[in-house]
Amino acid sequence: MKIVLRRFPLTETATDQTSTDHSEDHVSTLGVSNDKLGMWVFLGSDCLLFGGLISTYMLYKDRIGPDDLGPEEMFDIPFTSVSSFVLLMSSLTVVLAITALRRNDIRRSRIWLLSTAILGAIFVGGQVYEFTVFYREGLGYTTNLFGTAFFTLTGFHGVHVSVGVIMLMSMYIQSMRGKLTSDNEEKLEIIGLYWHFVDVVWIVIFTIVYLFPQ
Amino acid sequence: MAVVEQEQAPLELESGEGQITERPLGAFTRPGDGGGWRSWLFTVDHKKIGIMYGAAGLLFFVIGGIYALFMRLQLARPGNSILSAETYNQVFTMHGVVMIFLAAIPLGAAFSNYLIPLQIGARDVAFPRLNAFSFWVFLGGGLFLLTSMFIGGWWENAPDGGWFAYSPNTGVLFSPSKGIDFFAIGLQITGIASLVGAINLIVTVLNMRSPGMTLMKMPVLTWMLFIVQMLLLFAMPVISVALFLLTFDRLFDANFFNVAEGADPLLWQHLFWIFGHPEVYILILPSFGIISEIIPTFSRKPIFGYPFMIFSGIAIGFMGWGVWAHHMFASGIGPVAVAAFSVSTMFIAVPTGVKILNWLATMWGGRIRFTTPMLYATSVVAMFTIGGLSGVTHSLAAADTQQTDTYYIVAHFHYVIFGGIILGFFGGFYFWWPKMFGYFLSEKIGKSSFWVMVIGFNLTFGPMHILGLQGMSRRIQTYSEGQGFDLWNLVATIGAFLIAVATAMFIANVYISWRAHRAGKTPAPGPDPWDARSLEWMTASPVPEHNFDETIEVERQDEFWHRKWGKDETGRVVRRATSEEVAHDGSNTNVHLPSPSYWPIVAALGLPIIGYGLIYNLWLCVFGGLFVLGGLYGWVFEPVDDPNADGHHDDDDHEHSDEPRAEETDENSSEEVSVD
Repeated sequence: MKIVLRRFPLTETATDQTSTDHSEDHVSTLGVSNDKLGMWVFLGSDCLLFGGLISTYMLYKDRIGPDDLGPEEMFDIPFTSVSSFVLLMSSLTVVLAITALRRNDIRRSRIWLLSTAILGAIFVGGQVYEFTVFYREGLGYTTNLFGTAFFTLTGFHGVHVSVGVIMLMSMYIQSMRGKLTSDNEEKLEIIGLYWHFVDVVWIVIFTIVYLFPQ
Repeated sequence: MAVVEQEQAPLELESGEGQITERPLGAFTRPGDGGGWRSWLFTVDHKKIGIMYGAAGLLFFVIGGIYALFMRLQLARPGNSILSAETYNQVFTMHGVVMIFLAAIPLGAAFSNYLIPLQIGARDVAFPRLNAFSFWVFLGGGLFLLTSMFIGGWWENAPDGGWFAYSPNTGVLFSPSKGIDFFAIGLQITGIASLVGAINLIVTVLNMRSPGMTLMKMPVLTWMLFIVQMLLLFAMPVISVALFLLTFDRLFDANFFNVAEGADPLLWQHLFWIFGHPEVYILILPSFGIISEIIPTFSRKPIFGYPFMIFSGIAIGFMGWGVWAHHMFASGIGPVAVAAFSVSTMFIAVPTGVKILNWLATMWGGRIRFTTPMLYATSVVAMFTIGGLSGVTHSLAAADTQQTDTYYIVAHFHYVIFGGIILGFFGGFYFWWPKMFGYFLSEKIGKSSFWVMVIGFNLTFGPMHILGLQGMSRRIQTYSEGQGFDLWNLVATIGAFLIAVATAMFIANVYISWRAHRAGKTPAPGPDPWDARSLEWMTASPVPEHNFDETIEVERQDEFWHRKWGKDETGRVVRRATSEEVAHDGSNTNVHLPSPSYWPIVAALGLPIIGYGLIYNLWLCVFGGLFVLGGLYGWVFEPVDDPNADGHHDDDDHEHSDEPRAEETDENSSEEVSVD
């Protein structure tokens, strides 16, 4: 009996399977690059991190002392709305940066990249300002359960935004050194995924933490 | 094509002739593959990382076992005083933590790392450096946890709150030593390792299967390990949150578990068990996968009901998220919750039962060879059934309320964890040892150590059912005479030492068999010593660094088996080819592999430093943070493939150009091999 076993050349696929930084020549089972799939998988996991923190906050938001200020008195909705708007706009600018990069319009992509980072930094700055105001009004991290849970939840989100800003600035520096072109546009796309996720989480936090008590 | 085999000192400066110099962070070259310890420290090879996971896991298993022996010595007689109550609290906590987080999870990770890429016909994992990072982070976190034994005094600062560390009992008020800080931060670090590893392996399974290997053609082991990674992915962030809250409470005076401020004592229990119950399946599913490979091989039958095996695994993965509160029946969660979780707990026994029946049906009518791996695999089926059935008794909330915190619980989970998981891992060691190291473990020592282990195991944990039902609480340091506990405790202690003997026999077996192999007294295993079924047997033993000589086109489930065996006209199974003819001999050195890297271990080193900093001096955190940050930046801006690749297996016409290289494809175009 004769069976024919076909042997296939390894050269292309072997290289592609192990290299992750050359999106253009990727042959992967699902057709999406490893890097991008990895980011999606990580974001799935991150959902549960925020899920745990948001649940904790929901449980503790009303547990304040008799003389303490509660969420209704504490929050400055107009101020936080503006900073939320700033953060959401940064999702738009990061998309503009990616599309510009895809067209290989390096100059525009740099402008949008920098503005995304700046908008993110403004949001973090707003958060720092807000925390300071709350602290002056008498809500410290250890004051009551509401304070502990609030600062932890929004703090974790702030750290996520800050990490995003650091990544965007690193990309900006890469771009200035001529290392970020349409060839490796996927790098920015992956950071964009992270950035959008952080924004979406903020929409949830803003609604649950700031708008619900009103 | 030439194979460049040259050694290069890792810190050697570039010659200046290299064409691409993409090294933004200084003049470091990539570590060369000079062999020796460096080839392990900076490796990104999934096989070496898998072996290191296994070695570290075994080391921690022995350490955890020593803790257990001390506990059993203390409990051997009534009124013993080998360990003080304070030390006993720390020893049983460390036993649990080390066994679960530093032995069972990493041993599962060892099999995942080593076998997943081989079983799906891949070259390596999706992110080789991330893989190295996750191992070093795990090792750093594990050693960090162990140092709590002696930092600040011998057994003064080890965690003492039990492996599930119920808050508020683990707050500063009730647990003033630094032990719980070590617990929380150490597990946070090993959690990062598990999470990173999970992302890596999920992407590997989804994205790097060889052509034709659809999901429903993957071996059962790969499937089970894939489900485990999914569970890790979603369970780890939950325990991270719980550990963050606990750490903030203890270090920064947060109020999460401060009952005086109105905190909810059940918050920790819910967060912990939402992680903790999927964790149980994270531990058991690798073992289920391992024996699903061993049993068909030694029964000479395909696995019975392959889709049922897969879907029952998936069902366990999903339902594992809906049963966590059965750990909390005694904590007053209310009748509706208790009823709901009772029912869901009964339900989750169904997919597990499906698996048990499928293994039995696989063996039914098979031509069974009782080798050491097969002995272990069948014992898993038997022992896990006992543990599973005692588990179902916990779903009856009324009975469970009586059993909570007694030795009955200890008996139950040791039957599943030791009888289900550890026995399965030992079976896996015996099964894949020739594949990993190129020599057989002695069957003679293997079989005798198996019997010592199974008898010792049943002597240890069988009597605990009785002790528990008689009312002996777990976690008590001693008991008084005349309660009817004396005999069974002594038996359990004897059994525990038998397990230790069996483990020592295994380690001796590794050494003795290696000596015999070195002396040439044992036959070489060849690529396929057991006449096995999945792709990892289709390459040389030990597996060459590049895994397979060429990409494998998969057409069927158990592809390798079908290449060896076929049916003749009358339907009889006949051999078409020998294993050696089908398997690759590992001679193709013309494969480009990811280059080793310094950065994963540098970045990983920073995490335990940050941990010590959080406990003792915050300035250390800055120092550790620099390590992490520097490591990550070096890593991100370092190309995966060294542009001046100096290591071996260098593909000399590999360039990063996207132009198709026509002449090359021609040269290598599909050759046809005919086999009679």
